[in-house]
Amino acid sequence: MSLRDNPLGELKVPLAWGGAVALIVAVVAAAALLLSDRRETFKAEAYGVSRKASDTVLAPVGDVLATPGRWIGQGVDYVGDYFGAASENHDLKVQLKQMRTWRDEAIALRSENARFRTLLGLKTDPPIPMVAARIVTDSHGPFADTRLANTGAEHGVKVGNPVMSEDGLVGRVIGVTDGASRVLLLTDIASRTPVMIDRTNARAILTGDGGPNPRLDYLRGRDPIREGDRVLTSGDGGVVPRGLPVGVAVKGLDGRWRVVLASDRAPIDYVQIMLFQDFTQVVNLKELSQTPTPPPTPGPGIKPVESDLQALGKPDAIAAAIAKPAASAPAAKTPVTPAATATATKPPAAKLDAAKPSAAKPAASKPATPKPAGATAKPKPKTPPTDGGEA
Amino acid sequence: MRGLQPWRWLGVPMLQVLVATILFGIPIRVFDLQVPQPVFPMALAFAWAVIRPSVLAPFAVLILGLFLDIFWGGPLGLWALCLLIAYGVAFAGRSMMAGQGRLILCGWYGLATATAMVAGYLFVLLDARSAPGPIPLAWQFVATIILYPYSQRLIDLFEDADVRFR
Repeated sequence: MSLRDNPLGELKVPLAWGGAVALIVAVVAAAALLLSDRRETFKAEAYGVSRKASDTVLAPVGDVLATPGRWIGQGVDYVGDYFGAASENHDLKVQLKQMRTWRDEAIALRSENARFRTLLGLKTDPPIPMVAARIVTDSHGPFADTRLANTGAEHGVKVGNPVMSEDGLVGRVIGVTDGASRVLLLTDIASRTPVMIDRTNARAILTGDGGPNPRLDYLRGRDPIREGDRVLTSGDGGVVPRGLPVGVAVKGLDGRWRVVLASDRAPIDYVQIMLFQDFTQVVNLKELSQTPTPPPTPGPGIKPVESDLQALGKPDAIAAAIAKPAASAPAAKTPVTPAATATATKPPAAKLDAAKPSAAKPAASKPATPKPAGATAKPKPKTPPTDGGEA
Repeated sequence: MRGLQPWRWLGVPMLQVLVATILFGIPIRVFDLQVPQPVFPMALAFAWAVIRPSVLAPFAVLILGLFLDIFWGGPLGLWALCLLIAYGVAFAGRSMMAGQGRLILCGWYGLATATAMVAGYLFVLLDARSAPGPIPLAWQFVATIILYPYSQRLIDLFEDADVRFR
């Protein structure tokens, strides 16, 4: 039997078309979701309800699944510690000897710093409270590098809070729900962190690209960086506090400066979320936006309209303030619109008129500074000295 | 049984892929190296397009993609769109794949995966205004290509399961 004669042969065409239509509908839905996504912003509401709900579910699941791995890791560490105790002890003694020198230097510097601060009256930053959390899920693809931590809004974690491991900065919080926080790593393609080079104080932006070593963009200055320079957060923009260790600068294979992250030295299993509030979170933006704007400076010879002055709140005071420069300006030649003149003669503007010399007078007759009414009388015409006859 | 039940060829593989993705999302290191993170749903997107045309399959791919975006914390809709593109490539080339050997099918799988990855690269480039690194992209591509045997197994299992599509 040929395909044409097969009574079920025709069934393939509608199903194939149906599948194609379903594919197009699904593509449109996915594209709409992608276009509306704003995961990397500092707005808490941008994270979305679906993400919050899934994080709430995934955090305990990931925690349970990660537990055997954690136990195995701890067991391996225990065995390693047991067999490597002697060599580790030797290394630690060497390190301790070096650290003693650093300790003495640190004590001296601390004392000196305290004196300078007292002398200068510097307002130092208050200590930043921290919350400990455990990482329960991990993603490290080219398009997303995030982790889920098992501490959330119930401990005061907010979107934008910096996240540290024992070795250095890990990233920042981009989503919070009860019991879970989503951490955007420094390596994520959407991550931008203002940093500085410790040796030269040069500024740069640490930009993630999905790889293990984020690159340094917008480096400024002559010879701002060398191989092995320490990279710290600059605190610019108020997103993260200044001076957090980020890593060490290296020249990448592509010729660009990159950073070997300090947090990459060891597995990131436990982190500390810094409950640091940046400037935009601390400041009362509503109050700032309600600050009244100063009145507009009138142009030369333009009378302020009474309705405008009343709208500004204190017409009398403002009008008096405006009258001064207007009086000294050579404004008489500027025509005054009839409407403005009419408004100025209304009762509330009587004080204005008293304070203001007539705009119709010639500029030459105006004194440089306003004087009392008596003093603003017509200036006497200059008469030549009488010498007893016509010149 | 004449027809193919959706839960057999869509539901069960979906569950398998979800579990595998979650397991590979556990934060562990082996010999101080991170475990590779392949895109498990890619194997399904390819296999489902080859097995038979379906109205349900694109939406199942969409759900898997959204799950990846939420679980990995990426832009919502990114992997959903990339997987649907891979599905579309396999769906469009379905007639050309009919009767071909495994090597050719593997080549098509690689092509679909590469198309999805390049699309993802471009979407992220436009979204973040910064190019993702080529090395991590290549690593994920290799990790995903390795999953072809799973896709082939699904094709072998279900391609002839529905008598209407023999």
